Order: sequence, then C-alpha cells, then structure tokens
Amino acid sequence: MNTFNIAWKETKSYFGTPAAYVVGAMFLALTGVFFVAEITSPFAEASVRGIVDWAGFFIIFLAPLLTMRLLAEEQKLGTLELLLTSPVSDWEVVLGKYIASLLILLAILSVTFYYALLLYVFGSPDTGPVLSGYLGLILYGAAALAIGLLGSSLSSNQIVAAVVGIAILLMLSFVNRIGDLVSGIAEQIVNGMSMTERIADFSRGVIDTSSVVYFLSLAAVFIFLTIRSLETRRWR
Amino acid sequence: MIEVKEVTKYFGSFPAITDISFTVERGEIVGFLGPNGAGKSTTMKVITGFLPPSKGTATVAGYDIVSESLDARRHIGYLPETVPLYTEMTVREYLGYMGKIRGMSSDRIRSRTGDVIEICHLEDYYSSIIGKLSKGFRQRVGVAQAIIHEPDVLVLDEPTIGIDPIQVVETRQLIKDLGGEHTLIVSTHILPEVSQICERVIVIHEGQIVAIDEPQNLARTLVGSERVDLQVKGPQQEVLKELAGVDGVRDVSRINIERGEIPQYRVESELGEEIRASLAKAVVDAGWELHRLNAVVMSLEEIFLRLTTEEDDGGGEVAG
Repeated sequence: MNTFNIAWKETKSYFGTPAAYVVGAMFLALTGVFFVAEITSPFAEASVRGIVDWAGFFIIFLAPLLTMRLLAEEQKLGTLELLLTSPVSDWEVVLGKYIASLLILLAILSVTFYYALLLYVFGSPDTGPVLSGYLGLILYGAAALAIGLLGSSLSSNQIVAAVVGIAILLMLSFVNRIGDLVSGIAEQIVNGMSMTERIADFSRGVIDTSSVVYFLSLAAVFIFLTIRSLETRRWR
Repeated sequence: MIEVKEVTKYFGSFPAITDISFTVERGEIVGFLGPNGAGKSTTMKVITGFLPPSKGTATVAGYDIVSESLDARRHIGYLPETVPLYTEMTVREYLGYMGKIRGMSSDRIRSRTGDVIEICHLEDYYSSIIGKLSKGFRQRVGVAQAIIHEPDVLVLDEPTIGIDPIQVVETRQLIKDLGGEHTLIVSTHILPEVSQICERVIVIHEGQIVAIDEPQNLARTLVGSERVDLQVKGPQQEVLKELAGVDGVRDVSRINIERGEIPQYRVESELGEEIRASLAKAVVDAGWELHRLNAVVMSLEEIFLRLTTEEDDGGGEVAG
C-alpha cells in the first residue's frame, strides 16, 4: 500500500514537473533523427532495429536523468528524514519510486510506437522482431532505471546522481570492447556482462532466456543495492 | 511514553552523544536545551528512529525504536530542523500524502486535514504551492504534517528558528496548545523559550546531559546564593559597611556605575534567607535615600553558562 502511495505521488510529480517532459522530448527527438537516418539509407529495411539499437543507447542517458531526482531530492530537501521516520519500510520507498520511473519510461517508449506504426504503413516489417525488440528495450530500461536509482541514493546532488548512473551504464554497455581484447572464458564473461550485446539479440528477434534473466537480475540487484544504500544513510 | 536508556551515538569514532538517559511522561512538554552542535538533533533523530543508536536503547510508546521501528514510528510526529517539504506540492496535497504514508484512510485524512489546517492557522494557504510560502508558513506546514496522524509523541527540532518574532510567539503558543494531547519534545538554543514552553528542561552540552529539571528549579538549585540589587544615595564606603553588617549578608559589592549616577550595590546572602526587609530598614535608618531594591533572579542564560562552563571553573560552585 505504501509502495503504491509513493509510486502514485512520484508519477504525479513526473507529470507535474517539466524535467521528465524535457528529457523525454530530447530522447524522442534523438531516436527520431536516428530512425529517419536508418530508414532513408540506401540499404534500409522495414525493421525496428534502428529504433531499438539507438533507443537502447540513449536510455543510458535517459534512465539516470529520469531517476536522478527520486532520492537525491529527498535527501536535499530533508524529506527523506520524514519518509524514513514514517511507518514506511526502506524497500517500500525504493520500490515505489522505481515503479514510478518505470511507468514514465514506458510512457516515453510508447511514443516511439509511432515509428513502428510508420513501418507498418509504408512497409511490411516482421512483427516478431518488433515485439521482441520492444521487450528488449523495456527489460533494458528496467535495468537501467534501477542503476540510475542507485546513483540517486548515493548523493543529494542530482547531477552527481545522474553522472554515477550514466557511468555505471556506460561501463556495463561497452564492457564488450574489453571482450574483444581478451579470449576464452574471460571473453565470455565480459561479453556476458555487456548490455549492448544482449539488446542486439532482441532487436534481431532473438529472445534469449539468459538475457531476460540477465536484465531482470540486474534490475533486482541494483534495487537491492539502493535499499542497502538507503539503510547505510542511517549509519552515516 | 519515551524512555531513553544510556544511548550513545558515534559518527565514525566521534561520539555525538554519550550515555543519554531520560524518560518523558505522557502529556509532558520537555525542552532540549543546548548550544549548536551539542547533540540535541542527534538525540531527536535517535528517538524518531532515523538514526539507530550505537549503544543503548530507546522506546517510544512501549515500542523499541530499533527492533519494533515501524510500530514506534506510527506513534511519532517529527519536525526536523530543516522543515521537510515537497516544494512543488500544495499544502493540501502534501498533508494528504503525509497522511497516506502514515496509513490513514482517505476519510480520516479529509477530516484531520481540516482540523490541522485550523490548528496551524493555514486556512488561507490550503491550496497554495508550498514553495511559494514564506518561512513562517512553511514552518507551520511542517508542524501540520507532524500532527496530522494524531501521534502520541511529537518531536520538534528547533521549531522557532528563522521565523519572524510575531510568528515565533504564535508558534510557541501553538506548541503549548499541543502539549495537552501530545507528549512533546522541543529542542532549542533560545533560553527564554524553554521557560515559556516547557515543563521540564534537559540541558545537553557536548553530547551529554548536564541537567534535568524544571526551569525555575534549575535557577534555584544552581545559584549558590540569593542576590539583591540596591540603588542607594549616600556615602559609598559607609553604605557598603552598613549593608555588610545586616544579618545574613554574605557579601556586598559595588556594581559599575556611570559618573553622576546613583551608586548601585549587589548583596549576596545565604540561599533561602529573606533579607530585603532588613536591607531596606538598614538603609532608611541610616538616613540615606533608597531608590531601588530588587531580588536578582538568575537568568537562564547565566544558568546555561554556568552549566556548560562548569568543567572550566572547577564546578565547586555549581555543586553548592
């Protein structure tokens, strides 16, 4: 119940403040530009790969910008003290806020359906990869938001919070560049950690169970870390 | 209602408070007094469950603040030093949200919001955005959220800081009014405030309790002697001699005076001795003019200085 109350408050606050609109508009403009670039290229194909791959890349910045306010601002305003002295568990606070950010991300992603719609109007894309691509984006986004939320719990400064989130996401996304340098088991481990490799599968129409588990567990781990981070604030 | 037992809280290796123990009965208004950084806020954060104690235990309404934290928190209303407000919300939205996360039903929130708005005199600002309110009104909104769920215990950290004098008076009255239904802990570093609001004072200095008593008693027990100030027109040496000769007088001294003013004297006597009548008589009998005579009550400022500088001057006087 508390989780719901907090999620509801945060969702309203997203819609009531300009930050989410600005960030969302930027995201849509950028993915739009790259979508246009993809489908107007000489080798264009009627698929959402362009959207999914680029949206996946921009989520690295979108997610932390959406979550940076959630806990950082509470710390700055001192309202975190209020929340944590109310009969609300730490996990309810974190989960409520996470759900709100997920709803906003879904709202923003749903606008990109417009691009997919265009594909159906002017071409005949395979529906499978479209659906799997979006599933991948949502899973990817869910993990990215949890990472952003951890950043937000670490600082009362929203900029710092966003930078921490973006840094972690960039590392997890492009760790496969290191994978190229090593071989054998090390390469497998490093590539297994890479978010980019995983999302590429989805946009090709491959739903790999291990990738689904990867994104979900990434989200779970970072939500857990965020809860622990809130707890340690009490000890500091 | 509140029981704090030998609570110590370390920040790193630095003890912010050491061995704090006290109890507060239901309906009591207790003041925390101490300079900035004395440990008042830390103590309050421990009571409200925000900071777990490093050592010792605290219970609120019978619930342990660590092991039964959620139950204890249900009984606490808390106003931290920096008033915690969501500045983009209206007063109504804010109070509604605070009510909700404290588990109140929508009906109860509606009726309580009305009451609380009235208690805190926020009628005209019900639909205002909190970020646009002045400091004094924000403070009131802060108090309103602390009492919306009718908590048994109210913890107010420096509730009168940074607001204008008229609002300070109003806030103090508000706190007094709340005292009837709630058990209150109020911290302050403003001394007169304590004697105005509180029934009992806990003086904290450098993380330790240096005194717990009623405001008037603090003055009485700490001052080793009664003091009387006189203003007498007459030959100074003789006046000094005459006053010193009065029964019960321990010491007489001249108080610094401007040139041309009527001289003033301070007479100290044993505790509990009433010597004002004899002093007046002595002066009048000697044929001098008595312009003023009054007992000096030690101000809380002086008490406070004495308590907190005790170690520096040996402490013998205070103990007496």
